[in-house]
Parts: sequence; structure tokens; C-alpha cells
Amino acid sequence: MTQFSVPWLPRPERGNYGFPAKAVVAAIVLLVVAAVFYWVTNTFLGGRPVAMLLLVAAPILVAIMAAAAAFAVSTWRAWGPILFKTAPFLLIGAVIASCVCVWAANALFEWAREDLVAAAANDPGATTWFNGPLTLDEIVSASPALLPAWISPLIWPLQFPLFRDVVSMTTLIIFFTIVPVFVIWWERKVAGRIQSRLGPMRVGGWHGWAQSPADGIKLVLKEDLVPKEADRILFRLAPYFAIIPAAAAYMALPFGVTYVFRDLDIALVFILALLGIGVVAVIVAGWASNNKWSIYGAMREACQMVSYEIPMGMALLVPVLCVGSLSLREIGEAQAEGWFSWLAFSNPFAFIAFVSYFIASLASCKRAPFDLPEAESELVAGFLTEYSGFRWALFFFAEYAAMFVICGLAVILFLGGWHSPLPASWGAAWGDGILARGLKGVLFSGPIWFVLKGTFFLYVQLWLRWTLPRIRIDQVLYACIQVLLPLTMILVLGSTLWVWAGMSESGAWTVFDRIVTWVLGVVGMIFALGLPAIAAYGFYHRRRLVGSLVIDPLPGS
Amino acid sequence: MLTIGLTHYLLVAAVLFCSGIFTMMTKRNAIGILIGVELVLNSAGVNLVAFDRYLGPGRVDGQIMALFVIVLAAAEAALAVGICINLYKNLATVDVDTAATLRG
Amino acid sequence: MFARAKARGSGGLSAQAKACGSFRIAILLVLTGMVLLAPTGSVAWATDDAVTAEQQIGVTGAAPPGGLLEPILFYAVAMTTVIAALGVCIAKNIVRMAVWLFIALGSVAMLYFLLAADFLGAIQLIVYVGGTLILLIFGVMLTSKSPWVRFEPPKLELIGAAVVCGALLVALCVVLYSAVWPETEGVVPGVSVADLGRRLLTTYLVPFEVAGVLLMIVMVGAAHLARQEK
Repeated sequence: MTQFSVPWLPRPERGNYGFPAKAVVAAIVLLVVAAVFYWVTNTFLGGRPVAMLLLVAAPILVAIMAAAAAFAVSTWRAWGPILFKTAPFLLIGAVIASCVCVWAANALFEWAREDLVAAAANDPGATTWFNGPLTLDEIVSASPALLPAWISPLIWPLQFPLFRDVVSMTTLIIFFTIVPVFVIWWERKVAGRIQSRLGPMRVGGWHGWAQSPADGIKLVLKEDLVPKEADRILFRLAPYFAIIPAAAAYMALPFGVTYVFRDLDIALVFILALLGIGVVAVIVAGWASNNKWSIYGAMREACQMVSYEIPMGMALLVPVLCVGSLSLREIGEAQAEGWFSWLAFSNPFAFIAFVSYFIASLASCKRAPFDLPEAESELVAGFLTEYSGFRWALFFFAEYAAMFVICGLAVILFLGGWHSPLPASWGAAWGDGILARGLKGVLFSGPIWFVLKGTFFLYVQLWLRWTLPRIRIDQVLYACIQVLLPLTMILVLGSTLWVWAGMSESGAWTVFDRIVTWVLGVVGMIFALGLPAIAAYGFYHRRRLVGSLVIDPLPGS
Repeated sequence: MLTIGLTHYLLVAAVLFCSGIFTMMTKRNAIGILIGVELVLNSAGVNLVAFDRYLGPGRVDGQIMALFVIVLAAAEAALAVGICINLYKNLATVDVDTAATLRG
Repeated sequence: MFARAKARGSGGLSAQAKACGSFRIAILLVLTGMVLLAPTGSVAWATDDAVTAEQQIGVTGAAPPGGLLEPILFYAVAMTTVIAALGVCIAKNIVRMAVWLFIALGSVAMLYFLLAADFLGAIQLIVYVGGTLILLIFGVMLTSKSPWVRFEPPKLELIGAAVVCGALLVALCVVLYSAVWPETEGVVPGVSVADLGRRLLTTYLVPFEVAGVLLMIVMVGAAHLARQEK
């Protein structure tokens, strides 16, 4: 908390908390001028509207703007230092507040859907939900007596699907932007810790929290380079090919039962398709750069992606088989009954399928140990060699956004989706009040669990990246074609047989199935509890680890 | 104009088909010809799905045919790219006019 | 000298700003398009109860047919398809051709979405764009000597091909507009994936298996064709 210098913002001056006098004077002068012009136009020009607009309204507008600027500057002077000290807490508060807002909006939407529709259905005179908008009076008559009447204009837009789309799209775009910014900072911190150093510590104050925004601004300000011999159009087009599918994949990704932008029947296939398109961007980028390293990176990416999509898709078939649906919402809802109902523990094949899916997904979003397309020790930066500035940033945005989608898929398909380890049926007795809904959202199932689990798997990806060495391209392909592919084929076959055996509903099989589920669940629990235990041990002894490296004399000194 | 019917989709498919044929006729590169074939197959797919939607609502035959078209196109592309690579190995070019060594 | 450098720097900056702006617009456009194009998905924030309420009222899709939305989307997607297809014809460079093909295949997938064939659209994206196209680009990269390799056909042949294809297009259009299609009325519901799968494993079981065997043969054959000569 000692450092709070952000290089790209003016450092606030100490002791100068006053209102900027010059701006205030300018505003007053402008207002006087406007008054004079008003008198002039009224007297000599007969108050023509255009003249009024130009001579009177314009100075008043400028005066208002000057006053606003003065207000902003003075606020900055007064609050800047405090803002810098408390920025991390403000940030956390803002995140919590936005979660609360989203939750409140969702509750409102649900209420608007259920109660208003019911009211409209009871009243034959009222227009219905989709056939036309309800009027304000109808909303007032339909809403409970507790709500004051002046709220009804605020509720009125909730009945339009377009409004909900706009709200959820804005939320998704914000999430899509925040995830890479956060993960890039986090990755640098994790890398630092794993290598016994601190990572970014300066920018912004607390543990360098402003490192990613500062990097972003730096990247935007960098020179926009296109190599002379490059294919200029394709070079400029490639980043968009990367980022658009990654952004569109969020469209079908459910964060909760109701927190989904478009609940598609085929959400799983859709997301897989969009993630698969990303490879075209890499190939086009590598080709258009007209650089040996780039083209090597692109070829490696093409090999890797095309081969790893097969085991990935086959591993994903296992939960689809268990549930019998391609809709992510249905798959998630099938795992509502707590830890032991999660699909990863439903049978041994699903458990292994989860591991092999995770390995294949690492390869398909170019994470270490499969980051051959941008292997910096061999290929400079692979397909990114010739990119700089904003285009380079777009590739990274796409990569980190796709990482979250991949982790979200793993969570939804294998690890209970948006449900907590507690069975959701425990909360059935609490009723449907607004408080009970909120409590259930926190305790049993809600987007907060989805984001938490997804973030945990993001951490696992970062952890693997900074722990494992990169493997060779022939080893990558060997691992796919000769190990993962046969393995996932066996898994699909095995889980088909398992589900088929379960369909006979014989008593002995049910008991056996239950025992296997419990054993797998306990194994998973040991993993899930062991990781935080190890992390806590490391955190407790962090001084010892760092200190020993610092204090030990270097050889020869 | 404002109600989209079967004809609209068939028109798009016709343009796809003709440009595919043009590509196949004019390109000398074997892979260019393959790209033309893909366009033609896609136009067939659009036709099938449009017929399925507008002429046989509630049935899925057209979609299944389009599915088979996609599968066969993938198979065809895999083989053809293999052939192109072999051609390149033997003749050091993929110009289809030079690959006439079997001609009498 | 200094002034020039400065001017160039500012040019770069404005280009960056343009890139930012166009990026946002592109994302927004694509997201909007995708949203509107998902016809069988229920409305956002929908719950199970809500879906049933919706069905009781009798509305099944997000975009009501007959509105202004469908024609606008159709014309946008159709324009993209046609432009990309013509781009494939006109492009001289083989990689440019492949990129045009990428756009054409993607917009054909959009056409499938518009036709309420969601599964087919997704499969088109996975198999065609993610598989076949990559294979083609792979072939291009393995078989071209320089990045700008071109094979120019003689001009006469180009004109001949254009005439033939133009005549074909005109003939197709004439046939299209003179044909009488049986009328279908009302809203056509989208087909669910379950229907598709059930039909594939009952009525179309034999073609399905034959296609599987064919894929197997093709896999072996392609591996044999592309093997390393010892």
C-alpha cells in the first residue's frame, strides 16, 4: 500500500484541493456572454431560433462543460490520493455490487415474467406478454401492493425481450473484457510465486493490480506495424477471426439456469464449433506474416488443433451420454443433487474422461505444455512474431477468453456446473420468497459457484503452464493419436455400456453403481481438499521459501 | 421482397453453384479446383435444407441429406489433399495441366 | 524529418483508434447477428416455468417470422455469401481463395441457422470450417513453392468460363422463377436434435453405417496416400 503511482495518470498535487478558479471564471464569463447575446438576439434579430441556438445555447453548453470539467478536476484533486489507496477495495466492491445488481435484475426479470404474465393471463382485457406491451396501469394493478406506483415506469421495459438481451449482452461483454485483464495479471503473479519472486508489485499499488490496464494502454499506444512483405489484408483480418468466435462462444455458455444469453438446444456443439474456428485465425496470421517462424507456428497449430479436437469431442460425449442431451442447461441441471451427483463421479469412465478432456482442452487453447505455436524458445513468438500493439492484444484476449470457456465447459459437463457440493433439494422447504431465493443462490446453485469453479480450473491451467516443460511437436501428436484417441474411444464405449447396464434397473447393478460413485466421489474429495491444504501449507511457509533463496550465499561469493 | 421464401435461398445456392463451377473451370491449382468443389457441395446443402424447411415442415430428411453431404465432402477433401500432396511429390507442382504424364 | 516522424506516429495512432472502433463494432455486429440468428433458443433469462408459459401463449421462437428482422438478416447473410463466393472466383492467390471460402462456409452456416437447422449449422462450422478448410490450407502450405504462387489461365478460357457460368446462372434463375412450389402456411417449427438423431438411427441407419465405413476407408486411404516414401 506504500506505492500508489500510476504512470499514466497525473499525480495529484498535495494541498491543492480548491476549485479550479480559471474554469469557474471562464464559465461565468461565458454565461455573461450568453446573456448579452440573448439580449442582442431578442432585440435586434427578433429571436430567430437558429441564431438563438448558435449564439445563446452554445456558450451556455460550453459553460456547463467547463463547470463540469472544473468539478471533475477538483474532485480528482481531493479524492485522487484516497482513490489510489482504496482502489483494490473499490474494485472488489464494484465487482460484488455488479454481482448484486445482476442478481437483482434477474430476480426482477423472473418476477416480471411469472407474476406479470400470470396477471395478464387472468385479465382477458390486458394484452399479453409477447403480443404487445402491458400498459403502466396494468403493471400497477398486477404488481403487489407493497410496490409504490412510481416504480411501474421502471418495470415497464422489463417486459421486452430486447431489453433483457441488451442487459445480458452488456454483462457478457463486460465479463469477456474483465476475464483476460484479470487472468493476465493473475498469471504473472502465479508465475512469480512459482519462481520464488513477487511478480508485478508496483503499478497501481496493491500487488500491482493495475498492471493489466497499464499494459493495455501501452499496447494501444504502440506503433501499428504491418511488415512490408506481408499480405496486408489478411494480416489485419486475422485478429478479428480470433476474437469474434471467442466472444460469440459466451453467447451459449450458461452461468446458471437462468443466467444464459441464448439457451440453445445444441449449446455444446455450438461452443465446440466456435472454439474450433479459432484455429483459422492462427493459420491466417502465420501465413500472412510471411515469416518463417510464423508459418512454423501456424503449421504446428493446424496439426495440433485438428488432432486434439477429436479426443476432446469424444471425451465430451461421455457426459452427453450420461444425461442424454446436448443442452448445457439440461446437463447442468442433471447434477443438482450435490457432490455425488456430479457427472465426473457417475462412473469411472467419466472420471477418466474429465482428465483427458482437460488435457485435450489445454492443447486446443494452446496452453503449456502444448503451447508449440508460440514456443518462444524455438520460434521467437510463433504466429505472433510480427504482431504488435492492439492486434497482438486481440489474440491474447481471444486466448484468455477461450480459456475461461474451456474451463466453464469442464465445470458444466463434469463438475456440477453452477451447483454447490450441497444438494439443491435441501433448500426446497424454504419457499420462494425473495430472501430464500437469494440464500439458495449463494448456498446451493448460482452463477457465483460457476465462476468460482471456472476460476479454479483457470488457476490449474496457469499452474501447469509454469510447472511443466514444453513437449516436442512429435510428442504432442504421439500423445494425441496413440494415447488420448484410443483412450477416449474406450471411454465412450465403456460409458455407453455403463449407461446401458443402468437402464436395466436391476437391484445389484444399482448398488454397485452407488458404491462406485461413492468411491469416486471420495477420491475427488481428497483431491479437492488436498489442493487447498497444500496451498495453505505453502502460504504459511512462504517466508521460509523466499527467505532461504534470498539469504543463502551464492556459490563463489 | 419482405417475406423470405424458398426462392430466395435457392437463388443464393444458385450463385454459390455457379461460382463453384467457374472456380473449377478456371483454376489450374489442384487445391483451387477442390475449393470450387466445396462451393458446389455447399450450394447443394443449402438447397436441401431450404427444401426441408419450406416443402416438408416437421420432417428432417433434407437435413439428414445435408449432413451426409457434409460428411462426404470431408472424406473427399481428405483424399483429394492426399492426392495433391502425392502429385507435388512426384511432379513438384500442383498445376493440373502438367499432370498429364499418363496421356498417350 | 522530425515532422515526418511525428506525422507518421500520429497516423499510427489514428489507425489504432480506428482498429479499436472497428473491433468494437465488429464484436457488437457479430454478437447481435448471432443472437438474432439463434431461432430455436428461448429468450434470455428464461426459466423452465417461463418456457412453458411462453408455449402456452403460443410463441416458440425469439424472432417472430414475418417481421422485419428475418428479411434484414437474410439479405445481410446472403450478400456475404454471394460476395465471398465471387471472391473465391476472382481471387488469384490460393490462400486468399481459402480465406474467401472460409467466409463463404461461415455464412452458409448462418443460412442454416436462419433455416432453423441449428445442429446442421454447428456441424457445418465444426466439420467444414474446423476440419475440411484446415485440411485445404494444409494442402496449400505443403504444395506451394512461394507464398505468392499463381497459375494464370489464358484470357480466352476465362471469358469462356464466365460466359458458360453466366448462362448457367441465368438458366437456373429462369427455372427458379418459373417453378411452382407447393405452398406451406404458418410458422414452421425448428427440428430438434433428438428428432434428427432418432431418424438417423432408424430410417437412415443403413446410409449412416455406410458413411461410417466410407470414412474408415478414406482414413486408411488418405494415410496411405500421404505416407513417407522409405
